[in-house]
Amino acid sequence: MSEPLSYLGVPLARPKVGFFELSSCEGCQLQLLNNEATLLDFLNLVEIVNFREGMTERGDTYDIAFVEGSVTRKDEITRLTEIRKNAKILVALGSCACFGGVNQLKNRFRDLDWVKKEVYGDFPIETMEVHPLKDFVQVDLEIFGCPIKKEEVERIVTDLVVGKAVHHPEYPVCMECKANENICLFELGEPCLGPVTRAGCDSWCTSNRRGCWGCRGPAEGANLKRLEEIMHTYGFDREIILDRLECFGGFASFTQAAPTQDKKSPARRKKS
Amino acid sequence: MKLSCEVNVHHLTRVEGHGNINISIKNGVVKKAQWEVIETPRFFEAMLVGKHWENAPYICGRICGICSIGHTLASIRAVENAFGITPTTQTANLRILLKHMETLQSHILHLYFLAAPDFLGVGSVLPLAKTHPDVVQRALRLKLLANDACDIIGGRRLHPTRTVVGGFTMLPEKSEMEKIRQRLMASVPDLLASAELFKTFAIPDFSRETEFVSLKGESNYPFIGGGLVSTDGVVKKEHQYRAMTNEYCQKGFTSKLSKLSRPSFAVGALARLNNNFTKLHPTAREISKFLGLVPVNHNPYMCNVAQLVECVQVVLDSVRLIDTLLGSPWQEPRQPVKAKKGEGVGAVEVPRGILYHYYKFDKDGKVIKADCVIPTSQNHANILHDIEALAGQYAKTGKQDREIELLAEMLVRAYDPCISCSVH
Repeated sequence: MSEPLSYLGVPLARPKVGFFELSSCEGCQLQLLNNEATLLDFLNLVEIVNFREGMTERGDTYDIAFVEGSVTRKDEITRLTEIRKNAKILVALGSCACFGGVNQLKNRFRDLDWVKKEVYGDFPIETMEVHPLKDFVQVDLEIFGCPIKKEEVERIVTDLVVGKAVHHPEYPVCMECKANENICLFELGEPCLGPVTRAGCDSWCTSNRRGCWGCRGPAEGANLKRLEEIMHTYGFDREIILDRLECFGGFASFTQAAPTQDKKSPARRKKS
Repeated sequence: MKLSCEVNVHHLTRVEGHGNINISIKNGVVKKAQWEVIETPRFFEAMLVGKHWENAPYICGRICGICSIGHTLASIRAVENAFGITPTTQTANLRILLKHMETLQSHILHLYFLAAPDFLGVGSVLPLAKTHPDVVQRALRLKLLANDACDIIGGRRLHPTRTVVGGFTMLPEKSEMEKIRQRLMASVPDLLASAELFKTFAIPDFSRETEFVSLKGESNYPFIGGGLVSTDGVVKKEHQYRAMTNEYCQKGFTSKLSKLSRPSFAVGALARLNNNFTKLHPTAREISKFLGLVPVNHNPYMCNVAQLVECVQVVLDSVRLIDTLLGSPWQEPRQPVKAKKGEGVGAVEVPRGILYHYYKFDKDGKVIKADCVIPTSQNHANILHDIEALAGQYAKTGKQDREIELLAEMLVRAYDPCISCSVH
């Protein structure tokens, strides 16, 4: 690896960094290895002391803890609390950590025993309602996305290391999509949450003609009512909107008031 | 001589997900040899119930962060089989090409980042960046090529954006395909250098007779769909996957397990190669022989070598596929989808072995039942029996705890387990 880094002439300390995962696909951690061109430079910026997926050595003192995944079993609360204790900064890495992610789709069902039985039959298995990290510990920084965008993570980590404030875009994906000169997907007959989802992904899906499913959660002042009107104009029914809004949990505060989308499926959990 | 040993590895490193190894040997007798899977279950099969069919590939691709392309393609195939949709030749070729690039990406990640450190006596790839910069640069080059190709074809290297039921949302530029072809050709020397490197690695001398399950290739080395076969002579059709997997639950595993003719079987690169050696590209077959791998090979550590042979296979086959695709004008990327009542199975060879997705739909195309059988869950029982046999083989040899621990860790890593995927 190359020479020690400096910023504005000031030498940079390499913070000790740990990566941890709760219930997840571990894809967000993998994304960090997925930027081959800048990987070695990125690794030079920090000192990785804990990265079970990639290395055998482990350390328990770290400045920044990146935690991927959501909490779905009691022992994960204990692990998360321990990580919080050891870390100066705790970062929720990816939509599972920030909102519960796809994992929280199981919270749709009121009867957790039905969920267990559907997959494991009568075999005893421990699980609980899915929660994002912030339901149990203080989260200092959230990095949204399913998956996270590696360029964005590298920028955020660089900002952290050099002591700059970290800002998320407040505007929606729609703005980035327009800036990328894409044909609007509504015109192509594709439903899209671009108008209400927080930007920062550089319209990753919509630039590939895939409608946005809202993995990064709501933009500031997201206007769901207007979205519903647009979707209605283009002939998409409520179920299509709901499927997307509830997919990653970022819009939970909007969808909880919505009616159930399918009367035939097992009863959905009602929030008290 | 030292005849007792205690090995307790909690949360094995350099694998995807959470698993434990426990071995206890007293006076040369194995008291305990366990492989435990403690990963939290995520209940994907329940999540899908009541959901419209288009959710299935989108949600199920997220079972796994490493083989998300394979999961997406298996899910799409299951939906298409249920609805009676046959992909166009162009779509089929693009999907195999995308699949190949995921295989290359995943195998290179495993071989260089997860497996190689053991053979080079280090704890991770990080120190190798200083001691073996050429090796690390080579690994990054190969991985970058595979990832760039996944971006170009599937829209994204992880959780692909363009892959949908009926085809693709959009197609790559042909000029980009041409560039990928050039880079694939240029990667051949890197693959040969990889073969030379792995030739120098001391593969542990261990063998246990095993049943190997995979797709059976008709004319090509198989990756998407087709018949199912085992080295014990079991032959089934794709929709009969349950008769091939026989899932059950067992204490100590939050994942399900599988068995067939014996108490356990293996899937993965070694299984594919053992069942389809004659379907390999001649060059890949030569490299396999050069590395001492000819079927039927029962040494699980040789899975590493089989993955390397498959890297050569997918690179050369990708060149063929790109030539076919460049040889004719682009057709419509996507065909219309009409949902109907029914059920469908999609079997796809993902990097860690054969993967099945199954869905049953009502007349509106809503999921009534979902079932996903993951390669690593099929391998868990075999890993357990391998660890028992490994402990037995070394119980009376006087090896140090750390030596047995390392052998057991390397054994599990050779399967390249994707544990969170297996629990899903």
